[in-house]
Amino acid sequence: MPEMIAEWLNQNDIFTATTMLHYWGGLVTTVQLVFLSLVLGLIIAVPLAILRTLRNPFVSGPVWLYTYLFRGTPLLIQLYVIYYGIAQIEGIQDTFWWEIFRAAFYPALLAFTLNTAAYTTEILRGAIMATPQGEIEAAKAYGMSWLMRIRRIVLPSAARRAVQAYSNEVIFMLHASAIASVVTIVDLTGAARDIYSRFYAPFDAFIAVALIYMVLTFTLIYGFKRLEHRLLRHLRPVGS
Amino acid sequence: MLDLKGYGPALMEGAIITIELAFLSLVLAVFLGLIGAASKLSQNRLLRGGATAYTTLIRGVPDLVMMLLFYYGGQVAVNNLSDLIYDAYGVDFFFQFDPFIAGVLTIGLIFGAYMTETFRGAFLAVDEGQIEAAKAYGFTRWHTFRRVMIPQMMRHALPGLGNNWQVLLKTTALVSIIGLTDMVRVAEQAAKAERSPFLFFIPVAIMYLLITAGSELFIKWLNKRANAGVIQGD
Repeated sequence: MPEMIAEWLNQNDIFTATTMLHYWGGLVTTVQLVFLSLVLGLIIAVPLAILRTLRNPFVSGPVWLYTYLFRGTPLLIQLYVIYYGIAQIEGIQDTFWWEIFRAAFYPALLAFTLNTAAYTTEILRGAIMATPQGEIEAAKAYGMSWLMRIRRIVLPSAARRAVQAYSNEVIFMLHASAIASVVTIVDLTGAARDIYSRFYAPFDAFIAVALIYMVLTFTLIYGFKRLEHRLLRHLRPVGS
Repeated sequence: MLDLKGYGPALMEGAIITIELAFLSLVLAVFLGLIGAASKLSQNRLLRGGATAYTTLIRGVPDLVMMLLFYYGGQVAVNNLSDLIYDAYGVDFFFQFDPFIAGVLTIGLIFGAYMTETFRGAFLAVDEGQIEAAKAYGFTRWHTFRRVMIPQMMRHALPGLGNNWQVLLKTTALVSIIGLTDMVRVAEQAAKAERSPFLFFIPVAIMYLLITAGSELFIKWLNKRANAGVIQGD
């Protein structure tokens, strides 16, 4: 098998070891970018979703506005605003933040994080709102405080309901991360664009990268299916 | 009030291009979605397999990658075709594969797959008795599809259709990457030239919000119309 791969690599002009390494580098960047933004987005989204369900309009209103703005405008615009906008902040070039935000990676990470946090907040909100009233009443009857109710009853139960919608959001984020290539980041799509312009071979360059994305997507879908299966095992009929 | 440094008209033209692009893509997507849903529900195994392959393929690939493939690949394909025609018939033609066409094709194709799922669910929601009644009246299959299925499934498809439209609208921003001068591209160029990103991107963002808010109202109205006469439980 290795000889076959080596032979095939030697035979064609485009998919040489250099190209493969370029794709590999892109894959690493894409995975980093998507993974970090999803984790950070989720960390932001959980408290926001709780705030969003509160009755006080001065608390839930701003959260609504945030999710409305970030879900109502294209991610590309958000990326441009952050990427071009950060350099415009007065005096940022003199602080240590400039070292971080000068490269395109961190502005892109910030844009992706804020975007996915907005979508995730709404997904979680829906799941929290759908908590059966009886569960909360039971928790109250046990004398649980608000915080404990949220932590022990509402969030675990909401998480189960949110998994399906959240898996869609993860896939969406993976696909949306392709626009990072627009602000000079060499992610998977960026690597494919480099290879396209080097060999002028659009079909090879982009179909190869499409296949890589497909493998990533279907791995994620499979992983979430397994997770859902585990989380909802108490709902399965006995004996199945 | 707002000084756009002379870029106002260009931004307006860009906005019109964005809307045109979105509408044409929507038409293509609905068309493909109807075909896809009909194929997924048909008895023919080949059609079913084809539709499943189509929706699976689209779900696996980022929209931008597909757009780049269509735009750059489309030009190469057209060039190869024109070489072939030149060699065979001596006819010389050149066709510039422009970003607008690539954009409509890609977005239409992508959202066609999502529409397929929406319409499939909606078709399944149409009462079986309606189809039997159509059969009893001697309707042909095409007639049943057009006169009985489509009007009744639209009611169930509207919420999904509305969601897809909102996402589609935001996806049109990607076409600026392959060089279409829609409002995003105008704003980007203006922002670079004038070194004031907020001044140009914020109005474009507001434009998107206005269009989505407007379409939300329109969909609500459509929904009300489509559900006229349906008694809804609470």
